[in-house]
Amino acid sequence: MKRAGLFARGRVSRLPQAWRRPLAVVGTVVTLAWIVVALAAPVLAPHDPLAQELPRLVPPGPGHWLGTDQLGRDILSRIMYGARVSIPLTLLLVALSVVVGGLLGACAGYFGRWVDETIMRLADLVFAFPTVILAMVVAAALGASLGNAVLAVLVVAWPAYARVTRGLVLGVREREFVLSGRLLGFSAWRSLRVDVLPNVTGPVLVLATLDIGTALLLLSGLSFLGLGAKPPSPEWGAMVAAGVDVFDSWWVATFPGLAILTVVLGFNFLGDTLRDALDPRTAGAIKERAL
Amino acid sequence: MRSPLARFLVRRILTALLLAVGITLVTFVLTNLVPGDPVAANLGQRAVGDPAIVAQWRADHGLDRPLPQQYLMHLEGLLHGDLGTSQQSHRPVLDDLAESVPATLELAGAAILVSLVLGVGFGVVAALRRDRLSDHVLRVLSLVGISVPTFWLALVAFYVFFFRLQITPGSGRVDPGMTPPPHVTGLYTVDALLSGRWDALSSAVAHLAAPALVLALYTIGLLTRFTRSAVLEVLGQDYVRAARAKGLPGRVVLFRYVLRPALVPVITVAGLAFGSLLSGTVLVEAVFAWPGVGQYAYKSATTLDLPAVMGVGLVVGVVYLVINLVVDVLYGVIDPRVRVS
Repeated sequence: MKRAGLFARGRVSRLPQAWRRPLAVVGTVVTLAWIVVALAAPVLAPHDPLAQELPRLVPPGPGHWLGTDQLGRDILSRIMYGARVSIPLTLLLVALSVVVGGLLGACAGYFGRWVDETIMRLADLVFAFPTVILAMVVAAALGASLGNAVLAVLVVAWPAYARVTRGLVLGVREREFVLSGRLLGFSAWRSLRVDVLPNVTGPVLVLATLDIGTALLLLSGLSFLGLGAKPPSPEWGAMVAAGVDVFDSWWVATFPGLAILTVVLGFNFLGDTLRDALDPRTAGAIKERAL
Repeated sequence: MRSPLARFLVRRILTALLLAVGITLVTFVLTNLVPGDPVAANLGQRAVGDPAIVAQWRADHGLDRPLPQQYLMHLEGLLHGDLGTSQQSHRPVLDDLAESVPATLELAGAAILVSLVLGVGFGVVAALRRDRLSDHVLRVLSLVGISVPTFWLALVAFYVFFFRLQITPGSGRVDPGMTPPPHVTGLYTVDALLSGRWDALSSAVAHLAAPALVLALYTIGLLTRFTRSAVLEVLGQDYVRAARAKGLPGRVVLFRYVLRPALVPVITVAGLAFGSLLSGTVLVEAVFAWPGVGQYAYKSATTLDLPAVMGVGLVVGVVYLVINLVVDVLYGVIDPRVRVS
């Protein structure tokens, strides 16, 4: 356990250097800005996101900085409130994927044999489908709603975590500190919880950060196809879809799409930085640059 | 069977066959055990209120039998090439798919070609010019590539290049009113070439360009990032340093010593990228009205057209499976370490 602890401290100490790079700074600022917008939307938004009280399809300009849509709603306000829908749901989705996939993968790696075979063959089956196709079929079958879209993305997202966690657990399972724990009489669950899981969480969390962007893209994609959020919810994918009907009013679809792009980009910059900071192969390069 | 390559091939093909059976089971379970009611989706409101009509409809489609029996009926049909009849188009699903699969393969094929050329090229340049301006620019661009919502980019591209600038043709596979080239492969570009229809070829290429580029952006980003790190890893190897130290010209070191080993794993990523392209087609085809599997999948999923959904899931799953099988086998043939592990 001591060796693993020292190793972990060594990794953490490299973080500050990696976080000084421009990509990391931009990623942090953009992500934090969106989180602030999501939290403070009721204060920041100039209009009610659902009220259909403004002139329709007004182009961007003073008064309505991002214009209004075909129902006379302020697009800036809808995007701000949309952050309260898209960002928490995406984070929840990734957290659920980590928990479900991580636990299943840990069980597969730790217990081996039929548990491993069953879980990993299930994961293989999900991997046998392109993600959007499977998510679309699941979402359509469950019925169009944002909750079902989250469930559909969860179905396609957990195997990645199961596979990574299983591999990591296999590497840790035979280490001395785990074996000595078992010899001291730890039950399988206690050994898994106390000795194994804390040593595999780092890489899984990096994967999760990198996955937030992908999850948001998938979730908003389902809403764009009409299989997620329902009107009048200010969900960004559904807002882009609404812009298809009023094609010459470019602002209706453009700005919600830019919102998705910036959030995904922010999280991808963060994920990239985290991976560089924690991956021993690239850490040397970061150290060189920082010196 | 003593040869490791033969053992590897047999094992890999058996796994693929088992997965194919698994795919039939997944598509079947997904479309049967979920709460969506195909009766309500396929019969009008008034017909749903009449129990006799509903019972007749369920009997006609085998929905009144136990699920295992329905699955066996489904498998038996599949072995006879029967994917059922679409409840929306009232045509055999196989016929619908036979029309839409080539359109999607043409789109995804063009996109993977563009992605391989640009993605690998950018990745190599970024690795060789590590930490210089071009590396930073390419790194940011590749991150943007994997962060852009495809459906939004498709809309923006359609708006800017067709609606505003009018430099690309609109939706569809060829200009409206133009007769498609005679059917040989179903890929309009190839068929036009084979029949010498140059007008159809230029129209097909022009229609293909915008959706293929939009679709390719994500995979270009993915391949750039992967190729960069693969090349960087090889550049740090001792044998590359040794090759440089003994005075070999830079070009020889790059092509013989660096790119050969670095690009082998790119095959695997290209296989994965093809899967994401098949996914992307759903979103891109919806915007460009491209008559492919993506659009068919979307229409059948939203109308709960069960046979069509099963057909799409099955065909796309099997296409993906075959691509992964080919990729794995290629990888095993090229890299001996894979087949013995």
